[in-house]
This record gives sequence, C-alpha cells and structure tokens, in this order.
Amino acid sequence: MNKDEKAAGLMKTIMPEGFVFDPERGARWFTRQGHTGFLGMEYHDHGDDWIELALPWREDLVGVEETGVLASGPIISLLDNATSMSVWTRQGTFNPQVTLDLRIDYVRAATPGKTVIARAECYQVLRSMAFVRGIAHDGDIADPVAHTAGIFMLVSSEGWSKP
Amino acid sequence: MNDYHLPPYARTMGMEVDHVEDGAPVIAMDYAERVMGRPGFLHGGAIGGLLEMAAHAALRAELDRQGSTFRIKPVNISIEYLRGGVQERTFARGEVIRAGRRVANVRVEAWQGDRSKLVASSWMNFLLAPPKES
Repeated sequence: MNKDEKAAGLMKTIMPEGFVFDPERGARWFTRQGHTGFLGMEYHDHGDDWIELALPWREDLVGVEETGVLASGPIISLLDNATSMSVWTRQGTFNPQVTLDLRIDYVRAATPGKTVIARAECYQVLRSMAFVRGIAHDGDIADPVAHTAGIFMLVSSEGWSKP
Repeated sequence: MNDYHLPPYARTMGMEVDHVEDGAPVIAMDYAERVMGRPGFLHGGAIGGLLEMAAHAALRAELDRQGSTFRIKPVNISIEYLRGGVQERTFARGEVIRAGRRVANVRVEAWQGDRSKLVASSWMNFLLAPPKES
C-alpha cells in the first residue's frame, strides 16, 4: 500500500460514507494522541458553529518559573486546534485543512493553576478558505487571556497526512 | 548565550539552543509524537511555540547586550504557515527589528533541512517592563 492509499484509508476510517462530524466525539478523538494529547487538551462544549476546548494548567507547561504562568505556546496550540475544529463543527463534516495564518493577541497572563478554555468560532467557509476567530479565558470570557483570528486553507486529502 | 535558560514548557517540548548566530540563539526542536498534529506532520501550535521561544531568546540576547534587565512580556504574534513541517529537526531564529523603551518588535523564521524553504514566518511584539524590586 503506498502512502496516498494509506492516507485515503485513514480518511475513510475517520470519515466513512454518510459521515457526520460529531464535535464532541471528534474533539475527543483528536486530543487522544500527538501534540494535543501530550498537552492534555480536552473537549469542553460546542454549538452549531463553535467549539470549546480546555487545557488544564500543568507545571511542566509553564513559561515563567517564578510566577507559574502558563507559557504562550500551549495557548497557540489550544487556539489553533479549537479554531480548526470549529470549521468541521460548522460544516458538520471533516475536511482536510491546513493553517494558513494565525494571529494571537495576548491580552493578559493566564492565572497560574487555572484551566484555560478556548472558545472558537468559524464565521465563514468558502471554497478554499475557512475564516475563524476565538477567545481564550480562564473562567470569565469577559476577561480574556488571549484573542485570535485565523484562516485555514481547505486542501485535498491526498498527502494531507502521512500515517 | 548558550546558557540561555529555556522555561519548563520549552524543555518539555524538547527545545534546546542549537547554536548562536550573529548574537541570536537558534532554537531547535526534534520531531516526536509530542509535536505531531495531523499524522506525520508538525502541529501548528508546536511551530508557534518554537517561534515564540526563538523570538524571546533573540530579544533577551539583544537586551543583555544593551545591559538591560527589563522583563519581556509577549503582546502578540502573527504566524504565516508556509509549508507542512515534516518529521525532521526544526530550527527557529529571531531578529530584533527594534527594541525601544517600552516595546520590542521581532521577526522570526522557522525552517528544517533547507534553510531557504521556510516552514513558518512570523512577527512578534513584546512589552518591556522594568525589573521588579526584589
């Protein structure tokens, strides 16, 4: 079996005929392994065009040892993942996509010890691009930790993954 | 600058100072399951984390040269993902465009085997704060 057939096989496993993307199951599946699994990301909540993922505080993900403030790297990962999944949530299906760009404003430092929640929304999907925005907070969305805006490119499943 | 102190997150992700180039540390990160996004490729967040670490290190080095002990706080970052990160060691290096009294602006790039084929390009802004009285 060549790489593309393997990739196509993986896509069929993820998305069989008549597949409807279930954000909760999808998010649990996508946070099981790899980088998301390693950071300990979790499904939190979702609606028609939005999804929330959570990232519990962890000492080994700290950016400033003296204060215990979470590094911003894990917040990028959390927002990248949540915004990505918001596209599939809005579409009700799984389409291969890659991040084109992502801009993040760090509004304030995350409170040490607190779980960070990312609420991401896909506000438009066109033929080749999906437009997303999101907020990371640690309990009160009106007092955000970070804000993001990004664009995903919708791509062919060929070569999208190398299982 | 080889003794640039990486924070717990960076060490957890396997980042290290590879070498110093024109005064700015080149931060490297090996491919592993912990940085994988879609199967076989680097996660965009792991690339972002590496870019931020290189930007921070470049700015710290520049401030050290100026004799400044100011603290560095990230304000924002914008990342262009240029190509998929494959299963190789990834490098990133920052270039301080301006380090003023209150704000510093840094450009950062990430690459793998071929330096002319960037994986990601980014700008990052930092707020500079006087050291806390101890």
